[in-house]
Amino acid sequence: MKKIYLDNGATTMLDPNVVKAMLPYFTAKYGNASSAHAFGEEAKQALEKSRAIIAKSIKARPDEIIFTSGGTESNNFALKSIAFTNREKGNHILVSKTEHKCIMKTCEWLEKQGFNITYLDVDKQGFANPDELEKAITNKTILVSIIHGNNETGTINDLKKLGQVCKKHNVYFHTDACQSYTKAEINVKKQDIDLITLNAHKIHGPKGIGALYIRKGTSIKSWQHGGDHEFGMRAGTENIHGIVGFAEAAKLAMDKKHIAYMANLRDKLIKGVLEIPEVKLNGPTGSKRLCNNANFSFKGIEGEAICGYLNNKGIASSTGSACSAKTLEPSYVLMAIGLSPEQANSSLRLTLSRFTTQEEIDYTISVLPGIVKSLRKISPFWKE
Amino acid sequence: MYYSKKTLKRFKNPEFAGEIKNPDAVGQVGNPRCGDVMKIFLKVKDDVIKDIRFKTYGCIAAIASSDMMCELAKGKKIDDALKIRADDIVNGLGKMPPIKYHCSILGTQALKKAIENYKRSRK
Repeated sequence: MKKIYLDNGATTMLDPNVVKAMLPYFTAKYGNASSAHAFGEEAKQALEKSRAIIAKSIKARPDEIIFTSGGTESNNFALKSIAFTNREKGNHILVSKTEHKCIMKTCEWLEKQGFNITYLDVDKQGFANPDELEKAITNKTILVSIIHGNNETGTINDLKKLGQVCKKHNVYFHTDACQSYTKAEINVKKQDIDLITLNAHKIHGPKGIGALYIRKGTSIKSWQHGGDHEFGMRAGTENIHGIVGFAEAAKLAMDKKHIAYMANLRDKLIKGVLEIPEVKLNGPTGSKRLCNNANFSFKGIEGEAICGYLNNKGIASSTGSACSAKTLEPSYVLMAIGLSPEQANSSLRLTLSRFTTQEEIDYTISVLPGIVKSLRKISPFWKE
Repeated sequence: MYYSKKTLKRFKNPEFAGEIKNPDAVGQVGNPRCGDVMKIFLKVKDDVIKDIRFKTYGCIAAIASSDMMCELAKGKKIDDALKIRADDIVNGLGKMPPIKYHCSILGTQALKKAIENYKRSRK
């Protein structure tokens, strides 16, 4: 049976060239970058070369890039450390209602530590509104964190406008760019962003490695204590093979032709799926949607069941349904864009990569109507 | 794998999926907000469940549980069918992730509702 991977929003295949770049760092160049010998020097050089590549990809300076273990750590680091370092100034933090779970859980924890969190509404397509943001900022606000490219709805928020509002009010602006990195423009020279979460495994790099961009001059202290690694901002022996893989992945992904390629396949997929009766696209269309994301609600049937039948056909997908593996609540992100719990429970997310082929999209479009039909046939909510 | 082979097999080919024309009773439980709704159709003769079908809006576990429940209930006297427990459904499916256990409970509730409706209609 064919195996088709349309869950690239969860994680991606490593680009074979990334693996190739990493391999020497396991068995030959395995030194500790802090060591004062040739092995250490080799590792240190790889570390700084990689740092420069990641920095350049967002027009930052190398000393503004801190390597971490991934998106979750970067988000935790940014929110918790900004909160505690700036608590003299205020205790109010603003986030959108469509943040990733690791931002939401961090906020819940910060609330218990005495911080006040405001959860900003988004519109029907998932966009945070800069005017609404401005209205919500108080003289106690120290940080705004708004996701760049949404993992469920594919919505790409306007970093420039949101950042301008934060700058005007002298409030730090953080964005979680795990899904959007290399897929939408991030440029710290043009956009007023103070902190950016990046990771490798969504861009055909390895798992367990990410970065936090911290604008020079930002008032933030180390959160993980130990050695003097990463400019004293994040202790722990650097994951050199991971960092090398991350940089190689970023270099390969930066080619803009990938965006056009994925967007074209995404639009073909959306068009094909919307030919099924009573299907709704969730999130925006066009260039304000992540080039690799499609998300639908199918009337009368449940998301996990659709994923199950797609899996039987060799297609990997995901859902925002309550029945999805680990929760019993429908996706709060889909509810935030105005979907009913029923619609959220009936959702399916298909996420592409630059390795997805036209044939794979055609095959998906060809099998989905039959799956939807057979599930509707056994649904108490569907009348032919 | 998250689900047992037996669960996936039933999900793939549910034997009892569908509806009965002119059923003797119907029972529906659940709420699409929570993700699962089961509707059970019964054909009863001399207090024995002659035929049983289901329509389910729900996940893999909900569909497999519905099917398992129907198999356990078919041919039973209605009062014996009421004794089917969620554990019987789970055992029939091999095993069930703890978070999906409520699907098997929903199965027994749907059957109970259908039988209650049947008894009421006979009064």
